[in-house]
Amino acid sequence: MAGRVYIVGAGATKVGEHWDRSLRELAVEALLSAVKDAGIDKRDVEALYVGNMMSGMLQGQEHLGALVATWAGIPGAAACKIEAACGSGGVAVHQAYLAVASGLYDCVAVVGVEKMTDALPSDASAALATAEDQEYVVFTGATFVSLNALLYRLYLDRYGVKQEKVAAFPVHCHKMAVNNPYAQFRRAVTLEEVMASPLVADPLRLLECAPIGDGAAALILCSERYLKRNPRDELVEVAGTAVATDVLSAHERRDPLAVAALRRAVEAATRRAGVEVADIDVLEVHDAFSILGVLSLEARGEGWRLVEEGQLEPGGKIPTNTMGGLKARGHPVGATGVYQVFDLVVQLRGEAGANQVEGAELGMAQNFGGVASTVAVNVLRRAR
Amino acid sequence: MVWVESAPRAWREGTRRYRLIGGKCPSCGGLVYPHRQVCPYCGREGLEAVALPRRGRVVTYAVVRNPPRGFEGREPYVIAVVELEGGARVLAQLTDVRPEDVRVGMEVEAVFRRYREQSPSGVIEYGVKFRPAI
Repeated sequence: MAGRVYIVGAGATKVGEHWDRSLRELAVEALLSAVKDAGIDKRDVEALYVGNMMSGMLQGQEHLGALVATWAGIPGAAACKIEAACGSGGVAVHQAYLAVASGLYDCVAVVGVEKMTDALPSDASAALATAEDQEYVVFTGATFVSLNALLYRLYLDRYGVKQEKVAAFPVHCHKMAVNNPYAQFRRAVTLEEVMASPLVADPLRLLECAPIGDGAAALILCSERYLKRNPRDELVEVAGTAVATDVLSAHERRDPLAVAALRRAVEAATRRAGVEVADIDVLEVHDAFSILGVLSLEARGEGWRLVEEGQLEPGGKIPTNTMGGLKARGHPVGATGVYQVFDLVVQLRGEAGANQVEGAELGMAQNFGGVASTVAVNVLRRAR
Repeated sequence: MVWVESAPRAWREGTRRYRLIGGKCPSCGGLVYPHRQVCPYCGREGLEAVALPRRGRVVTYAVVRNPPRGFEGREPYVIAVVELEGGARVLAQLTDVRPEDVRVGMEVEAVFRRYREQSPSGVIEYGVKFRPAI
């Protein structure tokens, strides 16, 4: 029987183009901010998991465990990098949970970090494409955006849905981000602007794609035993967590639109948390592209219709991406899964300001690696 | 773009890429491209290597307008999922057709074409692209 695991500290940098700050500086800022939020002595941190995808390619820097531990002043911690493409952050949270639930460690830190603006956009794009099969997919000149566009056309074609319906997803996210001080884009966009933005990979348009950005988010996870020694009032529990994979390339799946890894991970995480999907009060989905946001909602009904009816807003049936999601809060790839959990912590503590979901008790974060080839699902519960 | 130039890597993949060598699963009947040892659907080991049919239909496609390094200047080009006769799916570029003339369901056939250069002085990589069936 796994021990209970709590999130006692959360910190993040604003997502953006941080020309003046390095990967390690962003990671350390988020980590120390989470330590401060937890009100603990950072020397209590026994293990550190760094969620990151592209540092080896964009900074020529690997070994982020020891690097971040050193610069954060906690050398000695059991530290390593966790990589699962764009799902690195969510998987890092999962691994941190396991480390505490196993009983081996009482206090563990997770930091998700990505620094994308050090590189030319074409190099960042090539680095993102390493999430896919290099020999048989990327070899053809396919970009990561175009692989999602393949899925998008399949969806529009199969269900006879107009693109405008799916393209409304980023409009919702931008609206939410206006009130999030950590968001990369704190401004609203209209559906007309989305539909008039340039084509990146038909049918995907620029404003349907999450931006390139830098950022870091961090969490402190601890055991019940540690909590007894270091009590705090506002508590969030990691109630359930799961990671699932699918056949790597979407075109090889029996049904590329089924998003089987998401179903599998959601089923396992909710079972472990002892809750139903319908109980979730606030949801974070992986809207790296408008189509992924809509597909992520299909378990709750027709995704595009939920958007159209305003059900994703804080007062709606299923408040989703209430701090802006990947599209507008930003998507520093390996940090994203940690930002999602950070945003849920803000909601469950009742600190979301104008975007607060009243009485939010249960939150779920869904983080994808590749075209939903890896899915990490983390379920959080408010606890006192 | 290739992160590390490698002649052996391109050489090793030649046969599977040029001749569309797929794998057939004796257990679940799954047909995959490329050939590999283990069936991704049922886990059965020892897939039979088969030369796949060279005709099929476009299942879905996308037009690349922001190409990765190594493909600059060739945009816009079309990548497509092609379902070959028999059911194996291949992801490849379409050729000899304008992006605006591509349709889902269109019949296509495999042709041998140049894909990329690993660098200006590096190995040139070839493979199969699909053109409208003649």
